[in-house]
Amino acid sequence: MSKNPEFVKFDKVDKSYDGKVLVVKDLQLNIAEGEFITMLGPSGSGKTTCLMMLAGFETPTHGEILLDGNIISNIPPHKRGIGMVFQNYALFPHMTVYENLAFPLRVRKVQKDEIDKKVDRALSMVSLNGFETRMPAQLSGGQQQRVAVARALVFDPAVVLMDEPLGALDKNLRESMQYEIKHIHESIGVTVVYVTHDQSEALTMSNRIAVFNDGKVQQLSDPAELYEKPVNSFVAEFIGENNTFNGEIVDIDKEKCKVKLVNSEILANPISVKSRGEKTTVSLRPERALINPSDKMDNMFTGKIEEVIYHGDHTRVRLNLLGSSEFILKVPNSTSNLELKVSQDINIGWNSTDARALDPK
Amino acid sequence: MSSETKQILTTDGIPLEVSLKKAEKKNKIKAFLLVAPLLLFLVITYIFPIGDMFMRSVDDRMVTNMLPKTFKAMENWENLDELPPEEVYRAFYEDYKLLAENQQHGKLGQRLNKEKNGFNTITKKLFRQIKRKKIDESASLKEQINKLHKRWRNVEFWQAIKRTAPPYTAAKYLKGMDMYFAADGSIAQVDEDRRIHRILWLRTLEIAFFVTLFCFLMGYPIAHLLATLPMKYSNLLMICVLLPFWTSLLVRTASWMILLQQQGIVNDFFVMIGLVADDNRPEMMYNKVGTYVAMTQILLPFMVLPLYSVMKTISPSLMRAGKSLGGTPFVAFWKVYFPLTIPGIGAGCLLVFILAIGYYITPALVGGASGTLISNQIAFHMKTTLDWSFASAMGLMLLTGVLVIYWIYNKLVGVDNIKLG
Repeated sequence: MSKNPEFVKFDKVDKSYDGKVLVVKDLQLNIAEGEFITMLGPSGSGKTTCLMMLAGFETPTHGEILLDGNIISNIPPHKRGIGMVFQNYALFPHMTVYENLAFPLRVRKVQKDEIDKKVDRALSMVSLNGFETRMPAQLSGGQQQRVAVARALVFDPAVVLMDEPLGALDKNLRESMQYEIKHIHESIGVTVVYVTHDQSEALTMSNRIAVFNDGKVQQLSDPAELYEKPVNSFVAEFIGENNTFNGEIVDIDKEKCKVKLVNSEILANPISVKSRGEKTTVSLRPERALINPSDKMDNMFTGKIEEVIYHGDHTRVRLNLLGSSEFILKVPNSTSNLELKVSQDINIGWNSTDARALDPK
Repeated sequence: MSSETKQILTTDGIPLEVSLKKAEKKNKIKAFLLVAPLLLFLVITYIFPIGDMFMRSVDDRMVTNMLPKTFKAMENWENLDELPPEEVYRAFYEDYKLLAENQQHGKLGQRLNKEKNGFNTITKKLFRQIKRKKIDESASLKEQINKLHKRWRNVEFWQAIKRTAPPYTAAKYLKGMDMYFAADGSIAQVDEDRRIHRILWLRTLEIAFFVTLFCFLMGYPIAHLLATLPMKYSNLLMICVLLPFWTSLLVRTASWMILLQQQGIVNDFFVMIGLVADDNRPEMMYNKVGTYVAMTQILLPFMVLPLYSVMKTISPSLMRAGKSLGGTPFVAFWKVYFPLTIPGIGAGCLLVFILAIGYYITPALVGGASGTLISNQIAFHMKTTLDWSFASAMGLMLLTGVLVIYWIYNKLVGVDNIKLG
């Protein structure tokens, strides 16, 4: 059975709250059936608005949202059959865990024994069997979160929306919940639309990530491509760490371009620059620059160490390089590590393919 | 090494427990001193007056003190269906003579008249005889007194005196429920056409119940609106709710009088839109309607504020969750939102109901005859008849009623479930 690649479709959707500012601009987004897609972006970028429009709590100002080929813009939330996990879980505090999970089934007039079966299955999915009679207030944050996930899945919705569901959890719990949600998604194959502003969460869990900024999708691609090949400087900046150089193109061909900085020149990979004289921001991942590289690299410079910070598995080194004192290096922590000392001069090299010349900031 | 099971000492060698107590004692004293003024205030203005009210309501020592010899002699009055023996007459005469000399006889007459109608006349007659020195103290006083008026020959009057002997009585409480101690000491009901208090109690409960209901029906949507509207509108609405609250009760009631009277604005409006004929304007004041309308408006903030404070804490995402899980807006409201507002409903209803059953000014001004409450009766006895002991008794009955309601509420809903703000 082939999966519908346009299971959820945002078709030229605009949204404005006050008639002056567009929070979502001309959104075109297709979500395939069974996909785990994450909407990632800073707060105010329109990602939650998109989710609310899909859930039915906001109506698009213009454009249509389609679910499995049907326009749903005029269908009220309770008839859409979309499960939702809320930021603060939104568990009903006056109901037990069982009653919370049974709620969506009861309003659908499901038989009692069928309800029991489904609730039991949903609870075992999040490994919370035996918690049926607890009240939400008697559960820890992680348990509440799992109940919320189970409740959103118990009535077998076609799509599950998750609005920053892990935001309130501590770091360790958040990480283990990320894997748990990912595994649940893999085992039942439901379509998940996940909203977060935490990039590591997005990278860990998703099939595809839509990076939102300023009401627009900046880039929609799988996690690896998003990290390795950002298409513009916002995405490069927002996902992972990033060294940037602002300059001007002085020479350009298909594979390489020469960028003139304040008082030096570097070679870069032209991504969104076309011609000479254009301004550009060159982006380089910290782990792609090497100290004393053994291979020949087409960018080789000498910098002075300003700061060394020990991070356990790696060491962060801040350098003064090419007139900027914000150049970051990530040095893996191995036994053959060099002695890095402040104000020491070191040689740095990187390949021009890793230095992406993007739109100017 | 010293044994670890021994007392733990602080660094300066004092046992830990002792020094902890010492440290806490200071804090305890400080805390007590902080609340002491309030405690004193409460004792003086609340506990003491209630105690005084109670004493006053059961106090019946006046006659006991006025007729000490009589009651002593009455201990030997064996057959209560016959007139008392000579010694009782003599004791009563001596007591009464003493009272007459001290100009206290009038009070006794009034008091006994309350116990048995017609007493005042015959005691006055006795007083005049004593004044004119027409009583021969060496002869039989029983014969002389009996001759003064036929009522002295009626044993019921003597029984009435005997009934006033105990220093404490529950008679005022019985009177508040339209009952009294009959001549033989049993509890009897007053004649049907004189049972006014029971009607007032029932009416008070009825009006308080309906005012609470109306306040709830009107206050719930307002509170919900207040809790969900954006800040700038909700602040304005909040002021609209609170503004009447800040206006004098008297002014508000008076403005209802202007609105509701027969030539008032509401009636004018009804006539204008042709709802009622000009010569057939409905009475909306000086009856229950006026009391309902004015009291509902005045007590509305007491319903809205607790509801609002509870609704404010209910996350809007709960309703959304209810809807996204497939509940219609009504189901989401009824199964999710409404149960969460119960603490506010409880607090609001309890507050309004308790305030309503003790309401005074508004029913007094707009209630007329059919819209007055028990508190108006209490005020009447405080100010007009000066029967303070009866007023105290009814006040305490009202207080007991409130406590009973509170107790029932606690049994049904649980006081922990109240949220006043």
